[in-house]
Amino acid sequence: MNKSSIAFGYRSRTVRNRLFSGRASVRLLTVSAVLFLVAVGLAAVALTHGDYPLTLQQVFATLFGGERGFEWTIVAGWRLPIAIAAVVFGALLGIGGAIFQSLTRNPLGAPDVIGFDAGAYTAVVVTILVIDTRSYWYMASAALIGGMGTAFVVYVLSYRRGIQGFRMIIVGIGVAAMLASVNTYLVSRAELDDALSVGYWGAGSIARVTWAPMIPALVIAAAIVVSAVLLAPAMRRLELGDDAAVTLGTRPGAARLGLIVTGVATVAVVTAAAGPISFIALAAPQVARRLTRSPGVSLLASAAMGAALLSGAHLLSLLIAQAYRPVPVGLITVCLGGGYLIWLLIRETQQRYGLAR
Amino acid sequence: MSPTERTKGEMTDSSGKADPAGGRPRVVVEDATIGYDKRTISDRLSVAIPDGSFTAIIGPNGCGKSTLLRALARVLTPSTGAVLLDGKEISSYKSKEVARRLGLLPQSSLAPDGIRVADLVARGRAPYQNLIHQWRPSDEDAVAAALAATRLTELSGRLVDELSGGQRQRVWVAMLLAQDTPIMLLDEPTTFLDIAHQYELMELFRTFHDEGKTIVCVLHDLNQAARYADHLIVMRDGRIITTGTPHDVITADLVEDVFGLRALVAPDPVTGTPSVIPLDPRTATVRPVEPHDADPNHVSPLPRRQESTR
Repeated sequence: MNKSSIAFGYRSRTVRNRLFSGRASVRLLTVSAVLFLVAVGLAAVALTHGDYPLTLQQVFATLFGGERGFEWTIVAGWRLPIAIAAVVFGALLGIGGAIFQSLTRNPLGAPDVIGFDAGAYTAVVVTILVIDTRSYWYMASAALIGGMGTAFVVYVLSYRRGIQGFRMIIVGIGVAAMLASVNTYLVSRAELDDALSVGYWGAGSIARVTWAPMIPALVIAAAIVVSAVLLAPAMRRLELGDDAAVTLGTRPGAARLGLIVTGVATVAVVTAAAGPISFIALAAPQVARRLTRSPGVSLLASAAMGAALLSGAHLLSLLIAQAYRPVPVGLITVCLGGGYLIWLLIRETQQRYGLAR
Repeated sequence: MSPTERTKGEMTDSSGKADPAGGRPRVVVEDATIGYDKRTISDRLSVAIPDGSFTAIIGPNGCGKSTLLRALARVLTPSTGAVLLDGKEISSYKSKEVARRLGLLPQSSLAPDGIRVADLVARGRAPYQNLIHQWRPSDEDAVAAALAATRLTELSGRLVDELSGGQRQRVWVAMLLAQDTPIMLLDEPTTFLDIAHQYELMELFRTFHDEGKTIVCVLHDLNQAARYADHLIVMRDGRIITTGTPHDVITADLVEDVFGLRALVAPDPVTGTPSVIPLDPRTATVRPVEPHDADPNHVSPLPRRQESTR
């Protein structure tokens, strides 16, 4: 019945009924579903690891058994928010990366590369050191303001009769470097205790996430996902260039503003709860794109990939903690992502300047 | 009423608001000042696009042709005056509403990495889609029809990056066609194409026109404009010099006046429409031989440089 008369060049499924009609690539859906399952699986395995090792059966028995004992406190009270954070924050970072890579039309245009992470982090550090608060709402608001402020500065500095992706990235890298030195300065002037906690937090760790910040974070995350779904069609049209986007019924200014706010919000939520976690936003959309062979970056696949990557990094950090000593998850993503960034930079310069391989 | 008469009536009446219903063209520019940021390209421009016409906008580089077209497509907003669509200011419509009536083929568009032909053409359906209805049967039919009309059905599964320049431009035209608008705005659609692909594309636009669409096309090639358009808008320095049918508008005086080029205007031997043949500046004193009154003993009807030394 729904046999498509058009050869799209890949397998796709069309769903049509009274309430809904849509078409999607089978490969995109399959890859995204598998990645989400992998993310949840890795997070579940992570529940068993820690100073008090449990088996997977014990974890499930504790979670669904109804007993509220010591193991319940460990699993549901301490480890579960961290495992959820790994999946949800990973997905958020994937969405943020996809949004900015789409806006800049460049695989380097991730919020962590162009300074939005650093801006959010600076604002949070200032909040901790000056206002002396650890309230999640304060930190999240500060992160959002810092991220938006940085986005505004980068946008204005790179505006020359319109925004060109590559210029925005170069300006953003410069702004990120300046903010990094501000962060270092702030930490160096702080009290020892503050400096230690800010420093550890600055490495990007989800290991100390508790339910208190997770609940508001989940609420904001839900809002971000809704906003991303609503803005996704406009994002697709902006990829064709502003003129084409206008002619297809988009208001580029409004759509771009909405996308920037949503993208910065992903960074702000994560930074406020866990500190800056780099390279997930950079790598997830591109790795997902290669797996799904989707045109441009896909929000769904990027979110799934981000979740899988961060859950994987989280589990890895727990394994390292068991074998050696605790390592913040941000350090792992930086190490893995750094290699990826070097490869990406080499490839980009080769393509841009036509250097022979 | 011929398109020319209607436009001339409209031009003189551009300030009047009381227009008889139905008598006014769908696309009207009233007293609009158009430009980029601080640079004004056109000051207080008024023009109307005759309904159902194949209008070509011609003029030298930088004369404001594309700027006018971009204002018609609401990519640019006039700082004073207005662009009216069906009697209402174009910016007062919902964005998608305009997108169902009028479509633009921009001078350059960007294809996302790794996109395939049918997917890109399907993006032309955006004005008809929403969150819950993303792929109705009407979308599928429109895309299939657009692919067939542009002879891309065979290529529909190919990557856009792998296509030739001519094929790629056909993909963008197919996207515009899938948008299914009664008014099509084309910004230099044939630039960068070889001559065969240029005429292939112009023929395609002619079939769209024959099917009842209003076409507005910025063109560089005067001969193409005269051959395909039934209404010309001639611009220079941001102003409209004249409008009318190719036969009335394209004269040697106008070409010299607008483009600063001395040329012979002769009927195109194939279509009979005016065609512009630049004079050789070194032999311009010699009266060129016009094709129709050429001496039958002459092998070539065109003037030769050696003839000047005779």
